[in-house]
Amino acid sequence: MTSAREVVVTGLGATTPLGGDVASTWEAALAGASGARTLENDWAEKYGLPVTFAATIKVDPAEVLSRPETKRMDPSTQYAIVAAREAWADAGSPEVDGERLGAVVSSGIGGLWTILDGWDTLRERGARRMLPMTVPMLMPNSPSAYVSLEFGARAGTHALVSACASGAEAVGYAADMIRTGRADVVVAGGTEAVIHPMPLGAFAASRTISLRNDDPQRASRPYDIDRDGFVLGEGAAVLVLESAEHAAARGARVYAKISGVGLSSDAYHITSPDPEGTGQVSAMRFAMQDAGVGAADIVHINAHATSTKVGDLTETRSIRTLLGSDADHVQLSATKSMTGHLLGGAGAIESLFAVKAINERLAPPTINVDNPDPELQVPLVRDEPVKLPGGDIAAINNSFGFGGHNVALVIQSA
Amino acid sequence: MANTDQEILEGLAEIVAEETGLDTADVLLEKSFTDDLDIDSLSMMTIVTHAEDKFGVRIPDEEVKNLATVGDAVSFIKSAQA
Repeated sequence: MTSAREVVVTGLGATTPLGGDVASTWEAALAGASGARTLENDWAEKYGLPVTFAATIKVDPAEVLSRPETKRMDPSTQYAIVAAREAWADAGSPEVDGERLGAVVSSGIGGLWTILDGWDTLRERGARRMLPMTVPMLMPNSPSAYVSLEFGARAGTHALVSACASGAEAVGYAADMIRTGRADVVVAGGTEAVIHPMPLGAFAASRTISLRNDDPQRASRPYDIDRDGFVLGEGAAVLVLESAEHAAARGARVYAKISGVGLSSDAYHITSPDPEGTGQVSAMRFAMQDAGVGAADIVHINAHATSTKVGDLTETRSIRTLLGSDADHVQLSATKSMTGHLLGGAGAIESLFAVKAINERLAPPTINVDNPDPELQVPLVRDEPVKLPGGDIAAINNSFGFGGHNVALVIQSA
Repeated sequence: MANTDQEILEGLAEIVAEETGLDTADVLLEKSFTDDLDIDSLSMMTIVTHAEDKFGVRIPDEEVKNLATVGDAVSFIKSAQA
């Protein structure tokens, strides 16, 4: 290790299409469950939406938050608060000076329901009927701000926006806050709540979303030759990151280390990844150099793999380019096959999965791969979890976003 | 559609309870919105918005600062309905 301050993960929280907490989410993921389901509403007939399903959140936050909280927070913030409270309790509610505590929680889109509900209210009932909390609810930094309020985090609260890479960028930024000495503990993650007819219609218009309406649970199928796009998901995941010394001083349980952060941008196209994968390779290489690990150390990768042909294959080519023959001993998992695509929450839940995989030495499965794409260049964990080796091991979580954002995090055994 | 004082108090208490999480039984006539019920300006404006809807009245912004207690609000709504 070359970095002066090691960063460890001491708390985990999540609310996802697979479960209302980490335990139920992880258990469902290991069992190969799907969080996708048919939407019980009239959007298809009312708006002519071609997609009638999504990976909706398993546990409504109204079941765990107070009524005033659900009224003054956009759903994206509600999910983040549910996940953050679980993560904080899981970390043992660390005693830390607020000046040394940060909050970094990203959303890819922000308070979309609030924006659109506000617009409906304005048009239908006029400005006088608009709710005064509309602006603080819709702003994309609202989840991060509420998390900072929740725990009294005064070292800084940030909301990095990079589409589907946002959640991973938040975790990486949080790690850097600790490594550069700005904070001892940072609550970090990502959230998204946009299962609304407008984005569903917009994603359908861009031809990126699966239209497998007759079989929602089999729709998200990264690396299967019959994939037809991603499945929109929602939810949040939050990790408590801590300097190793701070965690050791209070005797905290450590899940894993976040030892490398790699960032790059494609500058190629607003939505398509650079087919050469140059930016993806750079991000992974930077993260590995940052962590001081070599190709032989990487035993697991949580792929970005959204279930689109160009995206899935570009990533595996990038991994092969980067790791060469060492890619043969990587266990590749595409957990969006089960959770759907949480957009701004994706990089956070997938970082959390990578932490769990390293901690339990178990790579979660990729479901729905009936016929693997022959161009897939890395061993894929299919259907059943795969044991990871003992000793010092490392994983990479890749998260890429519309706009050409590439984020790679190296997660190592503690 | 004039309401009785009691109906206005009960309706207002429901709105305040929704917004703050307080019990409706704590929303009494003599309670101060800021000092007793800990309601900030954004929450107060939210309560005003809902109260206008519920009681079919207009509560002008310049009037809101005069509504120190729950009783003040009940009286204002009552007179606005008259």
